Amino acid sequence: MSGRYVLVGSSVAAVAAAEAILQTEPQAQVWMVGEEKHPFYSRPGLAYYLAGEVGQDYLFPHLADRLQGVQRIRAHVVALDVPGKQVLLDNGQRLAYDRLLLATGSTAVRLNVPGADLPGVLKLDTLEDASRMLAAGHGARRAVVVGGGITALEIVEGLRAHRLEVHYFLRGGRYWEAVLDEVESDIVERRLKKEGVVLHHFTEVAEVVTQRGHLAGVVTQKGELVPCGMVGVAIGVRPRKELAEQAGLAVDRGVLVDEALRTSAADVFAAGDVAQVFDPRTGKNTLETLWWVARQQGAVAGKNMAGQAQAYRRALPLNVTRLAGLTTTIIGQVGMGGGRGDVVEIARGESETWQSVPDAIAAQDGFEVNRIRLMLGERHLLGAVVMGDQTLSRPLYALAAQQADFSPIRDALLANGANLSAILSDFWREWRTTGNAQKRSK
Amino acid sequence: MWRKDEERRRIALESGWVASDPQRCVQCGICSFYCPINIDVRRHAWEGKPVRDSHCLTCGECIRRCPRGVLWFEESELFRR
Repeated sequence: MSGRYVLVGSSVAAVAAAEAILQTEPQAQVWMVGEEKHPFYSRPGLAYYLAGEVGQDYLFPHLADRLQGVQRIRAHVVALDVPGKQVLLDNGQRLAYDRLLLATGSTAVRLNVPGADLPGVLKLDTLEDASRMLAAGHGARRAVVVGGGITALEIVEGLRAHRLEVHYFLRGGRYWEAVLDEVESDIVERRLKKEGVVLHHFTEVAEVVTQRGHLAGVVTQKGELVPCGMVGVAIGVRPRKELAEQAGLAVDRGVLVDEALRTSAADVFAAGDVAQVFDPRTGKNTLETLWWVARQQGAVAGKNMAGQAQAYRRALPLNVTRLAGLTTTIIGQVGMGGGRGDVVEIARGESETWQSVPDAIAAQDGFEVNRIRLMLGERHLLGAVVMGDQTLSRPLYALAAQQADFSPIRDALLANGANLSAILSDFWREWRTTGNAQKRSK
Repeated sequence: MWRKDEERRRIALESGWVASDPQRCVQCGICSFYCPINIDVRRHAWEGKPVRDSHCLTCGECIRRCPRGVLWFEESELFRR
């Protein structure tokens, strides 16, 4: 008899789980329950939709042939009946399951100030949000954007692409100071200024104000009024764990799961932004909010749900994004410079061009700025930031993820005026041709 | 400078294909959107497969447009000596 699988959520973790279940058990009965009116779409792609770089139709991957038999239900799940193995939908329907996946994702944190609920205060979580933001952008001349990370910058660039005057509020003294170094922040900020974005450092919103019933501007904590027709907010996300919490499953910041992505209830799994996954290397449960991680976790959860034992292993973090027009790869831990005696930081840029690497004939090119920063431990590469030309970013990720022994080139990299690109390209070439296993550090 | 190495580029166009790194891809669809002959490049990136479609012009538009550096030219196995 084929199993009954209910997946709560309709984004990448749920889709990957459905694929894995069907690969393992082609006759499985799979229900995917989501609140959104749209089928599966690229949530990270919303930034490019907002900027007018891609049409809405193209946000939907064509995967129907891989998801044949999956029944999609548009509904809100109001409760889980874990002992009875059912989910309760807002349309009154009860769905019975053998195995359940919670892939409810995360939601944007709201501004906690007076006026934050006004219609012109917008987030960028869903396709509906992006459409709302585009509509608001057409009616506004000036926007304020709040938040220090990637999504805030995507809103800034998206609105600027529609020629709005954008005022960007940063709580600290520079952009994304938890991850970027001063030079990298400066590169981003200079490029934003060149594009006409007005940056406000050390600035927070105290209140969103109206005039004759319409959003009229924001008052900063310094008491300054900045008039605007809309406010974009991206100050962080929080996992949507309420369903699990109400059902009595173990939760912390997210839904606690083991390496098999299983929650505290044997037949209930969780994956993606909502899952706080046990990492045996640290002994802690970790939240990760990245598309690829959600896809990987969904696939592992799906396999386990269908009875194939598989453990999720947290990979070295990899975040690829675009900052002020520059493709940027962030590998591993990069925000700890200076804090540890055994870690050295090396950086090169901005106008260098990189050497070629043997397995990439032509990557993206034409960036005005190219910069590379390495976080080098005693023997291993712990992290890197590659801005602009991405030729070296895949090799660097592989070398860091597989813990290549950097001691043969460490001194050369640290030498004054060293040509990082040439040294790394040669090292990569040798490392991949002479067998990774022997080169891997024990 | 490698980027001006027209010979390498010519070889890539003649004997290469577009390869992808699914770990970087967020399925935004820009590659498919800009493909002049409507190849669903994004689907290849989902599956981590190179674009082996014989109609592919290897024009490189998908590579240039991808905002996350997911795609690159790779020498195809057929022509590897």
